[in-house]
Amino acid sequence: MLEIGLGHYLGVAAILFTLGLFGIFLNRKNVIIILMSIELMLLAVNINFVAFSSFLHDLVGQVFAMFVLTVAAAEAAIGLAILVVYYRNRGSIAVEDINMMKG
Amino acid sequence: MDVAIVFLPLIGAIVAGLFGRMIGDRASMYLTCGLLTISCLFGWIVFFDVTAGGNVRTTQLFTWMDVTGFVFSWALLVDQLTAVMLIVVTTVSAVVHWYSIGYMSHDPGKPRFFAYLSLFTFFMLMLVTADNLVQMFFGWEGVGLASYLLIGFWYKKPSANAAAIKAFLVNRVGDFGFALGIFGVFMLFGTVELVDIFAGVEAKKDATILFLNGEYPAITTLCLLLFMGAMGKSAQLGLHTWLPDAMEGPTPVSALIHAATMVTAGVFMVCRLSPLFEYSETALAVVAFVGASTAFFAATIGLTQNDIKRVIAYSTCSQLGYMFFAAGVSAYGAAMFHLFTHAFFKALLFLGAGCVIHAMSDEQDMRKMGGIYKLVPITYAFMWIGSLSLAGIGIPGVFGFAGFYSKDVILESAWAAHSPIGQYAFWLGIAAAIMTAFYSWRLILMTFHGKPRCDEKTMAHVHEAPPIMWVPLVVLAVGSVVAGAIAYNAFVGEGVAAFWGQSIFVLPTHTALADAHHAPLWVKLLPLVMALAGIGLAYLMYVLRPGLPKMLATRLRPLYELSFNKWYFDELYDRVLVKPAFVLGFGFWKSGDGALIDGVGPDGVASATRLLSRRASWLQTGYVYHYAFAMLIGIVALVTWYMYRRAGG
Repeated sequence: MLEIGLGHYLGVAAILFTLGLFGIFLNRKNVIIILMSIELMLLAVNINFVAFSSFLHDLVGQVFAMFVLTVAAAEAAIGLAILVVYYRNRGSIAVEDINMMKG
Repeated sequence: MDVAIVFLPLIGAIVAGLFGRMIGDRASMYLTCGLLTISCLFGWIVFFDVTAGGNVRTTQLFTWMDVTGFVFSWALLVDQLTAVMLIVVTTVSAVVHWYSIGYMSHDPGKPRFFAYLSLFTFFMLMLVTADNLVQMFFGWEGVGLASYLLIGFWYKKPSANAAAIKAFLVNRVGDFGFALGIFGVFMLFGTVELVDIFAGVEAKKDATILFLNGEYPAITTLCLLLFMGAMGKSAQLGLHTWLPDAMEGPTPVSALIHAATMVTAGVFMVCRLSPLFEYSETALAVVAFVGASTAFFAATIGLTQNDIKRVIAYSTCSQLGYMFFAAGVSAYGAAMFHLFTHAFFKALLFLGAGCVIHAMSDEQDMRKMGGIYKLVPITYAFMWIGSLSLAGIGIPGVFGFAGFYSKDVILESAWAAHSPIGQYAFWLGIAAAIMTAFYSWRLILMTFHGKPRCDEKTMAHVHEAPPIMWVPLVVLAVGSVVAGAIAYNAFVGEGVAAFWGQSIFVLPTHTALADAHHAPLWVKLLPLVMALAGIGLAYLMYVLRPGLPKMLATRLRPLYELSFNKWYFDELYDRVLVKPAFVLGFGFWKSGDGALIDGVGPDGVASATRLLSRRASWLQTGYVYHYAFAMLIGIVALVTWYMYRRAGG
């Protein structure tokens, strides 16, 4: 029977993180997907926190994970709100159209 | 009372200038005129108090400056010399104020005009009552400022602005000399108070000044520097070019500032500083030389000018020359006498010319006038009185117009000086006398006689000046007729010593004025004969043989051109000073300021910033994921570097 150790958890987290990363870069369509990808990366980090917490017998990591969840929720709310306003103003939330920062 | 004389005009100027809009045109006009009239009445009271009662006094107002050893106050010194200037300035100024009510009736800027006039009067009074050189300089610059403002009064006319700037700049040249003179006086005497300076002259008469390894006699150097200031203000040869151009200003201004008062400030200054000038034969000779040359030179130009005001302006220049050479031969009384009479008849001529211009619908060219004497009899009479006085007509021993006495005594003094420079001045003065008479009658004949040369519309509009304009002129006309006869004895005759008291100082060896009364008969009669000859010549050329002027002009082409183009002084200055200054300024502006300072400084920094930021903005795409990618690479690089270090360390 395979012992599921720290390495596996970290592996899953790394895979999730990489998925999130690619979700940001390879996505040409929709800003919402970028938001979701960021969420995914945060969750990957959370897995790391919890895994290390359990491995090191230190509860602080799990407390921190709760904080990250809170922040992620707030961030998602704000991000979506911005998106709604943005859509009202510009009529599009396609990633290609959002390039006003180039100056 | 002294204080009231000086400061009433200032009050008028402040009220009319700052609150003119609030109190309206009429109020500001009558206020300034009223205050000036009061000032004038006080002026006459003070005059009799000082000259008859010998009541010389100094009113200390308050300390102006007190820096270790350099102490002087605002103070009003009233002695005989000042008293004469007081009545000249306040009387002419009051007349001009009243006259301006009529002359400026169509002008929208009345409060401003009257404020300037009153301000000028204040500065002029400050100048003549100064008891130290710095206060005199204050008044001196103040009248320059007022003159600038008034020449450029019609500020929408480019020519008026140019003339105002020219007057200001040319005066700066003279003022530079004056300022240097004051510095020098302080260096030599350690004070700028007139009383202390005059007390110290005797002791310092052989002092020298070291300058650039050269040693120069101090008094002469100082006098020449101070005289340079007088030359600028009084439009003497070399620095005279601003005066004719100053005629761009309204005519009352020409009468007040550029005929009667401000331009005589130079003469006043030389007379005031007579204790200084007396100790320098060289400086006196220079004064006489410059004065005589100017008298002759300006008269030659006056012969051919066609603008009625310019003729009178050159005449003023010429008469100032007379005053200076009188001062130059130590006949200060004669200089002041001519200053006194000249103020009356020249202001009369200018204001009369103003009436003519008013009647001719602002036409100043004499070639477009003529044949109007029946339409403007009063003006015509005033111009005759002024011209008779200017030409110096009179019956010796019986009665003469004002100019007759003053001009004769000047010429006799020059003759009686018995020096080469005196002879030079005498003969040039005689030559100027014939020309003076000629151009005066040329002016009268061209303006009032002959066939009308203006268009019918103007001719139909010709009208006598309103009473508000000609009534004040009566004062000047009376002055032009009787001032000479009345004041002769006191100013230059037997009463001279008693009249002037301590205010004028003449070395006992300088006896030109006293000797003048013993000049031979032909010297006494020559100016009169010359004046009559000039009148006759003008009558011949402009009435009997009207073709003659043109014929002479073609026959004597070079001479005519020289005179008509004012001896090419303006062209010379333009070529030698103005053009190079323009080129230099243009060069500095383009290469120095534009290319260097702006190019490297503000503009350079700004354009460099713009360039760099444009380069930097090429890096930006604006896509969110590019930024995220950059962040990721950054993190990877940082972490890699960190781990490497850990591994290595």
